Amino acid sequence: MSEWLENHLPKVVLAPSFIAVLIFVYGFIGWTAWVSLTRSKLLPKYEIHGFIQYERLFDSPRWDTAINNLYIFGALFIVIAMVLGLLLAILLDQKIRVEGVIRTIYLYPMALSMIVTGTAWKWILNPGLGIESMVQGWGFPNFEFDWLVNPDYAIYTIVIAAIWQSSGFVMALFLAGLRSVDGEIIKAAQVDGIPTWRIYTAIIIPSMAPIFLSAFIVLAHLAIKSFDLVIALTGGGPGYATDLPATYMYAMAFSRGDIGQAASSAMIMMLVVFAIVVPYLYSELRAKND
Amino acid sequence: MTDLSMPQTQTRSQSATGKIALRWLLYVLLGLFALYYLMPLFVMLTTSLKSLEEIRTGSLISLPREVSFDAWKTAWSGACTGIQCEGLRPYFWNSVLIAVPAVFLSTLIGALNGYVVAQWRFKGANIIFSLMLFGCFIPFQVVLLPMARLLGMMGIAGTIPGLIFVHVIYGLGFTTLFFRNYYVTIPAELTKAARVDGAGFLRIFWSIFLPLSLPIIVVTVIWQFTQIWNDFLFGVSFSQAGTQPVTVALNNIVNSTTGVKEYNVDMAAAIIAGLPTLLVYVVAGKYFIRGLTAGSVKG
Repeated sequence: MSEWLENHLPKVVLAPSFIAVLIFVYGFIGWTAWVSLTRSKLLPKYEIHGFIQYERLFDSPRWDTAINNLYIFGALFIVIAMVLGLLLAILLDQKIRVEGVIRTIYLYPMALSMIVTGTAWKWILNPGLGIESMVQGWGFPNFEFDWLVNPDYAIYTIVIAAIWQSSGFVMALFLAGLRSVDGEIIKAAQVDGIPTWRIYTAIIIPSMAPIFLSAFIVLAHLAIKSFDLVIALTGGGPGYATDLPATYMYAMAFSRGDIGQAASSAMIMMLVVFAIVVPYLYSELRAKND
Repeated sequence: MTDLSMPQTQTRSQSATGKIALRWLLYVLLGLFALYYLMPLFVMLTTSLKSLEEIRTGSLISLPREVSFDAWKTAWSGACTGIQCEGLRPYFWNSVLIAVPAVFLSTLIGALNGYVVAQWRFKGANIIFSLMLFGCFIPFQVVLLPMARLLGMMGIAGTIPGLIFVHVIYGLGFTTLFFRNYYVTIPAELTKAARVDGAGFLRIFWSIFLPLSLPIIVVTVIWQFTQIWNDFLFGVSFSQAGTQPVTVALNNIVNSTTGVKEYNVDMAAAIIAGLPTLLVYVVAGKYFIRGLTAGSVKG
């Protein structure tokens, strides 16, 4: 008996986690998928009715807004965070004397929760007392900056706060990438008299393609899952002008009592994440096993 | 290391003054960006030390004329999160009670899992690892509804043990990944030699691997602590009045509609809620960054 246990101990140790993942990840995804095909309202029903929830979802103007917002927010957030992160990494890569201190300053927002970040920016962007009134006080009485309460612009405040939170992290990723480029090639290029900006655009940046991909995956993933920041900054408002799929799902699940809609919107979110992450994970795992 | 600021070739180098000007520009730019990142923290801090009167009449970025800690006192023990007005304190302790056991358990289990996957490969171990890894990337919305029902069936809905359970389960993917990536770098011969000497599975883990693991334990603990302390989605979905974590309470304070809007209290509360992770970052930033990059880029 004890010999059997000793031989099988590795499996015995891994088994509970494996079972937990099977149930709480894959089983639960299955449950949600199933319920998304039913007419569940306040309580789950298990009788399948086809894609009725998805039809309702795509007919819903609120979901339409959420998806549009995800496009706007996702595109701006990813592009600006990557450009800013790369710029900061290149600036920091010039043998800066106090690099450690500056890096610490650029990256600290990442340690804060989105709720704290949202609370801070909600105050800074407050139309009556924040930046708007500050600039007005500087002698520009006509200055207007009411994005936070303007349904057409509120989504951009989410972009502003999210970039503040995450761009330092992108900088850290890129900085690590810059440092891993072969120094000999760069020295050779310098000896040949190639200008600095050409060394970056022709040698260093192209060799960092995998880092761009990683940064893209992480940021896209963050964008799709964005929830806390919206709740803290705008609460999804004004109206539902800043709803994202995650806040839509939460509203359906916990305040509207519409489990069918919650399940189908969650499934769409998962499909979007999978479309981005699966090819990436697959190539990573294959590269590792080869 | 790339050093592009000082080209090696002397023949083509620009004039010395041009180089110095460029250098200055670089530092000015870096300084401006530092201000950008520090500005919200500065505004939070100064606002929390001002009186409401001064907030209304003064400018966003002005220093407080009179420093007052009243807002901090209110935020900690008097601010209203709805009907209750006990401040952030009880919820801060809730977060501690959730985070400490959840971090400990998920790190311990992750260490054992990583040890098995990296050093005791058996048939199917890689598939199990891939399946677990995959679980790291799901949007948690997709498990929210069934988890709410399961917690209810288990009788731990809305309780702190319920939240600990949820955080341990969904933290396992990352903790396993961290330890697995650390332990694969340890040569398998070490395990083999120890087995020849008669050491068993647990003894090898305890006497050989665990003593080598301090750096990765620090990385994992910091990662998990930051994740769990900053969590909002699970906290708001699976708690009830009295068991909410600090992030949920902060959001309730800021959005509570009773009485006058006390911006100074909101800012003090936000700083209090952010302080533990900020402190961890300042003290152990190196490990914090390592966890972040390990979570996104392999190894």
